[in-house]
Amino acid sequence: METVLTGEGYVVLRDAADGAIALKGVLRLNGMTEYAPIVDALNAAAAGGRPLTIDVTELEFLNSSGIAMMSRFVIETRNASGSLRIVASERIPWQGKSLRNLQRLMPTLDLAFG
Amino acid sequence: MSQQSMIETFGDFIELDENRTGESLSLRFSPSSTPLQQRWRNNGLSADFLAGYVSTFLPADDSGDAAAGRKAEVAAAVGYVANELLENAMKYGDAETGRPISMRLHLEETRIIFHQTNTAAPSRVDTLRAFIAGLAELGAADMLIRQMENGGGESGSGLGLLTMVNDYGAKLAFQIVHEQDNGEALVTTQVELDI
Repeated sequence: METVLTGEGYVVLRDAADGAIALKGVLRLNGMTEYAPIVDALNAAAAGGRPLTIDVTELEFLNSSGIAMMSRFVIETRNASGSLRIVASERIPWQGKSLRNLQRLMPTLDLAFG
Repeated sequence: MSQQSMIETFGDFIELDENRTGESLSLRFSPSSTPLQQRWRNNGLSADFLAGYVSTFLPADDSGDAAAGRKAEVAAAVGYVANELLENAMKYGDAETGRPISMRLHLEETRIIFHQTNTAAPSRVDTLRAFIAGLAELGAADMLIRQMENGGGESGSGLGLLTMVNDYGAKLAFQIVHEQDNGEALVTTQVELDI
């Protein structure tokens, strides 16, 4: 995995082989402006309609602005008829609670709890 | 305007007087004393502290499996709620007045009650009233999806409050005290979590 982005308490990694993105750490950024670099990383990884996997199994915390960022990305992917897989963890409470909302936005979203 | 008519409440608002039984913790911040960026970082520290504090009073998890146990679930809910309430207070509290932002957590046997209080400008009070009306009409699940479809995350979308209700089973209530001639109000957001 290569590092795409680092910030206070978090890191964004990219798998050079399959292009998967991993978000790790704690994301409590202030609004869409501060989330823009992460959105850019997701958009770059999904460029040209490439199927994308986002691994959040080590993302311990995501605030509501981060949830908004994820929901926007899911809606854009859905509207572009893209393919998205999110790999999550039952160990981290927010993931079991909040990620399922994304499936209501995009029924074809592949949400896998490892 | 009579004294009575200057206070609006929405939902089951609970007065937390000093003598109320249970564990209690209060935090207070002065909006103008520190730049926003530093205060923002402090939200996370305060939320983590409150989550750790509550954990002390909960029974240990006995499920040794991969799934998060009840204690971890409650601690995570407290951390999420506290962080969102503080973020909202920092974003929407009127820093111009220099009025403090306060957060009180009250722990009872079967529930946790949060009270977060800040001063709000008239436009913010209108936004809050519209949010409360929308929530009553649609319910949290549908309003959450609608706000997400509308590009949620913008100022006033209420995504933080909606996720508390939809994802964590929280109950919301509000108190708006109109005490300023200039239309500003003291807004208390109450979040109740079952434990």
